[in-house]
Order: sequence, then C-alpha cells, then structure tokens
Amino acid sequence: MEILGKTNIDFIGKRNIAFIISAIVAIIGIIGIIQIGRGVANMGIDFSGGTAMQLKFSKPFAIADARAALHKHGIAKADLQEIKEGNMLLVKMAGAAVGKQSEMVQTAFKTEFTDNPFSVESSTEIGPSVGDKLRKDTLIAVALSLMGIIVYIAWRFDLKFGIGATIATIHDVLAMIAVFYLFNKEINLLFITAVLTIAGYSLTDTVVIFDRIRENLHKNLKGAMHNIFNSSINETLSRTIVTSLTTFMAALALFLFGGEVIHDFSLALLIGIGVATYSSVFVASPIVVILENRALAKNVKTA
Amino acid sequence: MPKGTGWRISLIAVFVAFSFLYLTPTLATKLPAWWGSFLPKDKIHLGLDLQGGTHLVMEVDTQKAVEGSLDLVATDLEDTLNSKNLHFKRISRNGSDKVSIVLYEKGTADIVQKLIKEKYPSYEQSPTFDEGGFVALTLKVSEKDAQDRKDKAVQQALETIRNRIDQFGVSEPTIQREGVSNIVVQLPGIKDPQRAIDLIGRTARLDFKMVREDISPTSGAIPDDAELLKEKIVDAATGAVTEIPIVVQKKSMITGDLLTDAQVRIDSQFNQPYVGIEFNSLGAKLFDQVTAANVGKRFAIVLDNNIHSAPVIRERISGGSAQISGNFTEKTAADLAIVLRAGALPAPVKIVQNVTVGPSLGQDSINKGLYAGLIGVLLVVVFMAIYYKLSGMIADLGMLLNILFLMGSLAALGATLTLPGIAAIVLLVGMSVDSNVIIFERIREELKLGKTPKSALDAGYDKAFLTIMDSHITTLITAAVLFQFGTGPVKGFAVSLSLGVIINLFTSLVGTKVIFDIFLHKGSVKKMSI
Repeated sequence: MEILGKTNIDFIGKRNIAFIISAIVAIIGIIGIIQIGRGVANMGIDFSGGTAMQLKFSKPFAIADARAALHKHGIAKADLQEIKEGNMLLVKMAGAAVGKQSEMVQTAFKTEFTDNPFSVESSTEIGPSVGDKLRKDTLIAVALSLMGIIVYIAWRFDLKFGIGATIATIHDVLAMIAVFYLFNKEINLLFITAVLTIAGYSLTDTVVIFDRIRENLHKNLKGAMHNIFNSSINETLSRTIVTSLTTFMAALALFLFGGEVIHDFSLALLIGIGVATYSSVFVASPIVVILENRALAKNVKTA
Repeated sequence: MPKGTGWRISLIAVFVAFSFLYLTPTLATKLPAWWGSFLPKDKIHLGLDLQGGTHLVMEVDTQKAVEGSLDLVATDLEDTLNSKNLHFKRISRNGSDKVSIVLYEKGTADIVQKLIKEKYPSYEQSPTFDEGGFVALTLKVSEKDAQDRKDKAVQQALETIRNRIDQFGVSEPTIQREGVSNIVVQLPGIKDPQRAIDLIGRTARLDFKMVREDISPTSGAIPDDAELLKEKIVDAATGAVTEIPIVVQKKSMITGDLLTDAQVRIDSQFNQPYVGIEFNSLGAKLFDQVTAANVGKRFAIVLDNNIHSAPVIRERISGGSAQISGNFTEKTAADLAIVLRAGALPAPVKIVQNVTVGPSLGQDSINKGLYAGLIGVLLVVVFMAIYYKLSGMIADLGMLLNILFLMGSLAALGATLTLPGIAAIVLLVGMSVDSNVIIFERIREELKLGKTPKSALDAGYDKAFLTIMDSHITTLITAAVLFQFGTGPVKGFAVSLSLGVIINLFTSLVGTKVIFDIFLHKGSVKKMSI
C-alpha cells in the first residue's frame, strides 16, 4: 500500500508563505518565553515553587464549595481543577514554605466537608530555592542540547545545513511554547522534557531529508539548487509521513489513555510531532537553499 | 543459509534469553526457591510516581553548624580561662564566623592571646583593641575550617537521618547527598508520610538546663548567661495549647550526646508512656553531680529550644538512668525515643521539596500507562502490516523485540521505570519502526528502478545506514542531556529513551535484516512483499 505515489510538489517555492506562518508562530513563542521569564505565564510549581495536591473525595462535590472551604481557612489564592472521573480535585498554590499549605488544605476539607471524606492521592511541595535551581538547570539543558545538535550536524554536513537544522529545531521549540502559552497550559518539567524530546525528533526528521539532499547534490552537480532540494523532499516524503503517522499514533494512545499525569505531556508531544514534520520540510530545507544560493552568488562575484 | 546468519541469529537468541531471564522476577508472581540463589531476582525498579511513596529534598542549614562549633569554642575558652584564674568580662560568639573576648586588662590579654594561639592555631586572631574601656579581641574561623565543618555537618546529618529511618522501619529507602548541602530521601510505599517527615526533619537537640527562679520571665531584663524559653502544655481534653515562659541558665548541664539509649516504657501507675534514657559513664557522673548539688531546685528538659518539662529534683539520681515523661501518646514517645537514640542533627534541616504519591494513584498510573502502551503498539502493528505487508510484519517483529530487550535491560541495569519512562517506551514504539520505514522506502525505490529483491534489499540497507546512524545519534544527544539534568521522573524518561535508541539501532540493523536475508538469500525470489 502507498499513501502517496510519486509526488512532485514545489515545497521550496512555497517558502515565503511558510516563512510568514513560521515567523508569526515564532514571535508568539518568543513572547511566551518572555512571559515565562517574567513569571506571568502558567508555570508549574516545579519552577515557581509552591504546592500541588490531588485529592480524591468519596462523593461528588461542587467546586464552588471547595473554593469556599479553602477561602474560609485562609487559602485565598488557589488554582482548583476538578476531574469528574473519580471525584478528584487538583489544588495548586504558589509560593510559601514547604509543609504549611498541604496541612492547611487538609484541615480545611476535614472541617468543612465532614460528610465527604477524602484521601490525598498525591502532594508535591517545592521550595522556591529548588524552583530557581531547576529553572537555571533547565535553561542550561536546553542550550546544551541545542549546541550538541548544531555541532553534530555541522560536523556531518556543513555549517549551512547546521544552521538550517538548528533554526528548524528552535522553530519547533518556539511553536510548542507558543501553543502552550496561548492555551494557558502549564509549563512544567514534563513539558520541557517533551520539548527536548521533540527537538531530537525534529532533527531526525530533518537529517533524513538532508541526507537525501546531500546524496542528490553529489549525483547531480549541475542542477539548480531549487530542483535538487525539491526532488529530495519529494523522494523522502512518504517516509516523512509514515514515520510521523506511527509516532503520532503512539503519542495519541498516550494522550487518550495514559491518564491525567501525562495528559499535557502527550499533548505537547502531539503538537511537537506535527510541527517537527512541517518544519523539516518547510523551514530547514528552504533556509539551506537560501544560504547555498547566497554562497554561490558570492563565488560567482569573486570569480 | 547465507553467510553471517548464524552468529546474528545466535546473538538475537542470547539477547532474547537474557531479557526473559531478567524479566522473570517482574512477570512471575512467585519464584521457586532455587531461583534466587544464582539467577537474577530483582524486579524492574519502579519510580515513586508508580509505586507510591515520598521523595524529600532537605537542605542542611550548614551555617548553623559553624555557629554551633563557635559556641563550643566560646564555652571551652570560658572554662579554660576560669580554670587558670584569668578574669574576663565576656566571651561569646559574634555573628556567624567570630568569637569575641572582652578582658579587663592588657596583661591578661597577652596571656590569653598566647593561649589561644596554642589551643586554636587555625583561627585568625585580631590584634587587641579598646572596647568601651575594656581590652577586646576577636577570633575568626578560617574559610577552610568553616567549609570543613559545613561538609562534615551534611555528612553527619545524612548518617543521623539514615539511622532514624532504619529504626523507623522503611523498606528500601534511598538516602543520598545532593550538591553541597542537600540530602535526598526516598521512602517508597510509606503509609504515614507526615509522621516520617516529622521524625526525619527534627533536630532533636536535647539539653538539661537549670531553671533560674531568681529571674522573673516577665521582667524583660535577662542577663547574658540566661535565656527565656517556653514550655508548651497541651490540654489532653480540649487540645488547647498554653505556653509558659521560663528563664533557664544558658549553659547546658548535660546534653543529648551523652546518651547511650532511649526506650519507650509504660508508667505502671498511670498507664502513661514515657521515654527512659540511659547516660554513658561521663553523662552518668555529671547527672549524679548536678542532681546532688541541686536537690529541691527545678531543671528544664529542653528539646530543640522548647522546654519539654521542668520537674523539681527530688533527690540525687545516680546510676545514669532518667526518664522523660509528659504528654505522650505511644507514637510520639516512640518517635522521641528513635530520635534520641539516633542522635541529634548537627544543624537544623529544612524540607525544600516534598513529593508524596499515594499507592492507589501509582497503581492507576501503571495500569493506564500499560493500557495506552498496548493500544499504541496495536495501532502501529496493524498500520505497518497493512502498509508494508509481510515486510511490515517483520518490522513489527523487530519492534516487539525492541520492547522485550528494553524491558530486559531496564531490569538488568536496575534502572528505574517512571511514568514518563513508560511514555518514552510508547513513543519509541512509534519511532522504532522509523528505521525500518527508511529502509523500506529505499527498497521500494530500488525495486522501482528494476532491481531484484535481493539487490534492492542490500542497496536499501546500505544507503539507509548513515541516515539511521545520524538520526539515532541526534536523539541520543538530547537523551544524554536530559539524563544529566533531569531528576526523578524525567531521568527515568531519559534512561528509557537512550536505552531504547541504542537497542533500536541493533534490532533494525541486525535483527530484522537477518530475517530478510534468510528469505531472500538465494536471489531467486522474484517478488518482495513490501
């Protein structure tokens, strides 16, 4: 079976449209990063410090009552989220010292919800110093892995390809942040893990196309850059789609059936797989074409 | 059989056998008795997010340890000067790294300076200076000594915490130092996390101090050698807490490090639990002296700067045993006995991170993760079989081998499986067929050029080889970074991901290739099912 027969799509010719779309997404992503830096985005407590609890009640409850109960016991600022299945309540609070808030929440529900006993399914308390350290470590991790990738690609191909692959990878990272920022999804350590995973995945996608471009460049020294790149992308297109599809299916299974804990993580993966597939075709290769053409023009001038 | 098939098949067979061997303890509900003696018996290690438990990060207040040792120096100097009949006005710790000494005259100062040089050679001494008509000098702890002290404090705290946890009884705890001043404690499957946290985090410094009845707690003017502490009394019926301020001598008569044992006992008269303590020989001697000299006076039992009780000394107590009684339940008495036995922490610790997962949530995560994994595998298997027919099924076989090897190596390496780790495995299911997809697409291209299945296969593998290497190495780079910087669940993700990538390289380049080779080795096969 084949999804696509032989295709001949002019991917490189659509680069201007692609660049505009990507630029918009990237700008939103950068705004997202700035907001994260300022601490106004929806940060997970692993970065901001604070308390997150998952409570399981024995009977259904109204979220407004839960809020009122907490309010009455001096917890004014708490993020509440209800999971209908299993009468669960997620409570998220920023700041404050470790050890206090979790107890306060438990006392509040013990006294206010006397006829609805609960158990603490999980509780996470993180001190502000830990969050600061984690934020720094994460920045280093992201920078290091991007650097490792550039060095590897530059070594295996050349700098122009390295730049193309890196810009595509950064684009994917920005796009994932943009989506999470726009939909006010929580930026936590699992999200960063998903981002780095996608960085690796996106690169794989890009490298497969680059390999083919290089092979075709060696075979055909005279053809126009534009055409060689286009035919290489077309030749690898079924692989690109099939792999994205299988990975997408696996991530979709995680998203639908993996449970609350990794729900947002799988969502990030799903977005990332889509964006990574797009960027390897529409961002990485066109950038290399532009760089190659510019280098050629320079050579002609100097010759 | 084509050349080179034999060793490849044997290698795969060996790996399969080892994977099953290592996975048996995880899969089997009960192992025969002879198994454990020479075969692997460890199950796949589950992270706290999957089996439930508590993960704590504690920060040792190392500065307090340095201050504590300076307090000791100050006390020691006081004693030395007293014993030599050298008069001084005041000796006390000054800030976080100095001891100041105030003397009456220059003559004494010279002797004291010489004395200090002998006794504490590593301390920096300031020249004497005038302080309100008195002669003063300061001693400063060296940067290196302070560092050593801090380092030792963390080490000691770790030992003490390990002791306490051992006595509390938690199976397979992990207690590790992290960074300069942090200690990480993992308590899998713990039932009452709050009690454990209270037990571990308590400094448990025990002091016996004389009560200064001559100073009124409300007077406000408390001399240098005394301090105001509080006794908390909890009303057993109402739970109301009242605090009684009491002035005590600053200097301890006896401290908790002179204890050899502490046990919970039950008072036969009131059926109340109390903690019986035993002193070592020095402690027993001191206790004997102190009680003999102070019959009829009150002394305070001070725990972490709170007065536990302040009983009157009725008679001289020799023999080296005493009891701490008061508002105890059996649990609180048992916990106090544990912390007294295990010793005090050298400095207070602060809990900076506490992640607790209940056992039911962990089991729920395992079930959902496995379910999602199963569906993911099923989707991919069906898709590959439809899209690449027989070849797709060979790729599916490779993927299943991948999962088997990955689980086997997780068990063999004693790696920890976390929920994100399960996610990584599911994700790898999707990614692992990628190598085969790259190869198959190549083979299809070669077949379209009119090559025979055998030569198309070889060309497909040859041309795809570098691409596959490149794509795997890039994934490995990010996985390595994740491993280096990740903690807990994320580390589990990185472990599964990097192992999976390496294993996948093997199964796609060796594992599935050998099956194709066997099918096509004669070169007479006219058509390839791809």
